[in-house]
Amino acid sequence: MKISKISVIALVLTALAVGAVYYKHKRLGLPLQPAQQSEVWTVEAKLQFRANGGPVKVQFYIPRSPPGFIKLNEDFISSNYGLATEADGLNRQALWAVRRAKGKQVLYYRMEFVQSSDSTGPRTTPRPAYPPVPEYEEPLGSAVMALLDEVRSHSADVATFTRELLLRLNTSQPDQNISLINKSGHGSAEWVRQLVRILAGARIPARIVYVLPLQDLVKHGSLVPWIEVHNDFQWIAFNPVTGAQGFSDDVLVWRTGDDPLVTVSGGTPAEVDFSISRHALSQVSIAEQWARQTDSRLMDFSLFALPVQTQNVYRIILMVPLGALVIVLLRNLVGLATFGTFMPVLIALAFRETSLLWGVIMFTMLVILGLALRLYLEKLKLLLVPRLAAVLTIVILLIALFSIVSVQLELERGLSVALFPVVILAMTIERMSIVWEENGSQEALKLGTGSLIAAVLGYLVMTHPGLSHVVFVFPETLLIVLAITLLVGRYTGYRLLELWRFRGLIKEADKP
Amino acid sequence: MKFPWTRLRELGIVGMNQRNAEFIMPYNERRYYPLVDNKIITKQRAIARGIPVPPLYGHIELEHQTAHLHNLLASYREFVIKPANGSGGNGILVIAGKTASGQFRKANDSVISLEDIKHHMSNILSGMYSLGGDTDSAIIEYRVRHDPCFNEVSYKGVPDIRLIVFRGIPLFGMIRLPTRQSDGRANLHQGAVGAGIDFRTGRTHFGVMNSRPVSSHPDTGVPIAGIDIPRWQQMLEMAATCFELAPLGYLGVDLVLDQDQGPMMLELNARPGLAIQIANHQGLEPVLRHAQALGTIPDDPCKRVRIGCMIREKFATSPA
Repeated sequence: MKISKISVIALVLTALAVGAVYYKHKRLGLPLQPAQQSEVWTVEAKLQFRANGGPVKVQFYIPRSPPGFIKLNEDFISSNYGLATEADGLNRQALWAVRRAKGKQVLYYRMEFVQSSDSTGPRTTPRPAYPPVPEYEEPLGSAVMALLDEVRSHSADVATFTRELLLRLNTSQPDQNISLINKSGHGSAEWVRQLVRILAGARIPARIVYVLPLQDLVKHGSLVPWIEVHNDFQWIAFNPVTGAQGFSDDVLVWRTGDDPLVTVSGGTPAEVDFSISRHALSQVSIAEQWARQTDSRLMDFSLFALPVQTQNVYRIILMVPLGALVIVLLRNLVGLATFGTFMPVLIALAFRETSLLWGVIMFTMLVILGLALRLYLEKLKLLLVPRLAAVLTIVILLIALFSIVSVQLELERGLSVALFPVVILAMTIERMSIVWEENGSQEALKLGTGSLIAAVLGYLVMTHPGLSHVVFVFPETLLIVLAITLLVGRYTGYRLLELWRFRGLIKEADKP
Repeated sequence: MKFPWTRLRELGIVGMNQRNAEFIMPYNERRYYPLVDNKIITKQRAIARGIPVPPLYGHIELEHQTAHLHNLLASYREFVIKPANGSGGNGILVIAGKTASGQFRKANDSVISLEDIKHHMSNILSGMYSLGGDTDSAIIEYRVRHDPCFNEVSYKGVPDIRLIVFRGIPLFGMIRLPTRQSDGRANLHQGAVGAGIDFRTGRTHFGVMNSRPVSSHPDTGVPIAGIDIPRWQQMLEMAATCFELAPLGYLGVDLVLDQDQGPMMLELNARPGLAIQIANHQGLEPVLRHAQALGTIPDDPCKRVRIGCMIREKFATSPA
C-alpha cells in the first residue's frame, strides 16, 4: 500500500516535470540540446533629415510580423522625440514628433529577429476588387496587349500567369515589345509599378511589397520592391527580377504598398539607410527574448531572470541532486561503500576545478601523503579537533607544494588545484586514517576506492553538458530525480554486491 | 539457469535494503535507539531487570577526569575501556594486566603507558568512535574472561554470541570467534569467524570468515563445528528478556560467557548485520515473516524462547 502511494507521488512528479518541459520546449522553443544556436539578424534603419526649426512629425514604416521571422526585440532611438507606433491590417508605422527641432536630425529604428518556420502562414486577406484595365499610352499599349495575349496562352492561373510574365520580361534576349516595357529601368520601383499596371491589364490584383534583402555586414542597404498578386485566396509574392515565387528566407518584408517609406513634415525629406548584421545567439536567449515579447510570465519566474553570476552558481547547484542520485543508486542498488554519505559528491564538485584525470591523480596523491603524515601525527597523541586542524594545515601546505612543483614542471593543470576544497580533503584523510587503524588498511582502501569511484561517476554525471543544460533550462526535471529517489527509497531488493556476498549460500544450496 | 537474485529470494536471504525498509524501520522506533546506542543506559536498564552485565568500574565524561585515571585504575589489574556510544566494536581497548614497571599490557601482549590510555580516552571523548561524531563518554568496565570451552577456538579475545531477537522472540544465533586477523575482536567485518548455532541443541555448526565458509579456526586449526555452548537455554532466555530493556522489534543481542560469572549481556544493537545468515546457511526472511504473522506475543520470556525454538524447528534446513 505504501509502495503504491510512493508510485503515485513519483508518477505525479514525473508528469508535472514532463508537462512543464514539453510546454517550455514546444511553446517557448527552449532547446533540449545545449549550445543550439540560431542566427539572429539585426537591422538598423537610420533616418537623417534637416529640421526647419518648427514642429517636426516623422512617419516611418516598420515591419509588422514579417513572414518567416520572429521579432525578438526592437528599439527606437529618438532622443527628444515623442514616439508612437500604429498598426493597420497591413503595415506598422512609427510616428515620431517633436515640438521644436532645428538642424540635422537622426532617428534610429533597430530590430532583432530570427528565422522561424512557424510564422510563414499564407498572407490571406479578402480578395481586393479586380482592377480596371488601365489606359496605356501608345506605343506601350499595344506592346502590353501583345505580351499579355502571349502570356495568357502559356499559363493556367494567376500564379503561372505572373511567373510566365516575369519570365518574359526578364529574358536575356528581349524582343521589341519587351525592350519597350523595360525602358523604365529593369528592377526599379518604377518598373515594378508598371508591372502592377500591366497585370491590371489582365485584371489581376497586384501590389508592391518592399523587402529588405538580408546580407551580413551591409552598411547601406535599401529596400527592394517585390510584387504580390492575389489569386482569389491569398497574396502570392514574386521576386520580379528572377520570377521566383514566395518570399525566400533571405528577405525581410518591410512593408506592403507603395506609399513613401518615410514622410517628414517640418523638415527636409529624410534619407533612410539600412544596416544589417548577423550574429549567432543561443536558442535559450532567443526563447527568453521571445517570451518577453509575447508577455509569457514563465520566463520571469525562470532562472534566466537571475543575474548571470547567480545563474552560474545555480548551474552547479542544480547538478548536485543528480550527484546525490548517483550516490543513492551506488549505495542502495550496487551496495558500494564510501566514506560518508555525500562526501563523494563534494569530491566530485572539487574535480570540476581540476578536470577529471588531474583531479583523481591529485586527490589520490594528496590523500596518500596526508594519510602518511596523519599516521605520524597519531604518535604525537593530539586531541581530535587540533589534530584535524593540523591535518588541514598540512593538506594546504601540500597543495601549495604541489602547485609550485607543477609550475616548475610547467604543468599548468597543477595550478587549478589551488581551489581544491581543502576541508573535504582533510576530512577524508581523517576518516580514512581512523578506518585504517580500526579496521585495517584493506577496509580503508576499499572505502577509499569506493569513494573515488562514486566521485568519478558523480563528476561524469554532474558535468555532462547535455544533462547540465537540461537541468538548468528545465529545472523541473529535478522533480524526476526526486521521483527516482523516492522509488529507490522503497526498493527492498538486493544490492548488486550482496549477490557476491551471499554467493556462498547459493553455492551451498545448489549442492546436491 | 536462474538469476542469482531469484535464487537468493528463494533461499529467503534478507538484503540490506529489505532489512532497513521492512524490519528496522517498522519495528525499531528511532526514539528508542539511545537506549541501545548508549552503553551506560543499556547497562543501567539491564541491572534494573536483573540481567547480568560486566560491572562498571568507571565512567569518564570530561577530559579533566582523565587526570585521576591513575587512581581509578590502581585497583584493577585488568579492564576494558570502550566508548559509550561506539559503533561496530571500534575504540575498544582491552587491558589484560600490568607490567612490573607499572605499564599496561594489552590483550595482544603489546605494552602501553598510562599516557597512551589517556590519549585513547580523549579520542573517545572527542567523538572519534561515536556514531554521529558527537562528543562521547568512556566506560571502564570489567574485562570478560571467556569460558574455557572456547579456549581453542578464539585467538586473544573473547568470543561473543549474537542473537537476533525479533518481537522479543530469539530466532537466530551465532558465535563470533576472534582471530589473529580481527586482532582479538569478535567482529565479523574485521575478520572474526562466525559460526551458526543450532537453536535446539546450542551446538555450533558451519563457520564463516570474510564471507567464505571455513571449517576450522584459522589460527588454532581446531574444528569450529560441534562445540556445545554451555548454558545455551539460559542465554536464550536472557536474550528474550533484553527485549524488555529496549522495545526494539528487531534487536541484536550480544552475550558473552564469562568463566566466573556465566553469561552476561555485553551490548544491544538496533541494526544487527546480515552475516548471521551466512553463518547459519539459512535466510532470515521466512523465519521473520512467520514471527511477523504471529498474533499476540506472550510476556514471559521463557515462553518466547519456546516459540522461537518451535519456529526454528519448523523452518529447519536439512542438516548439511
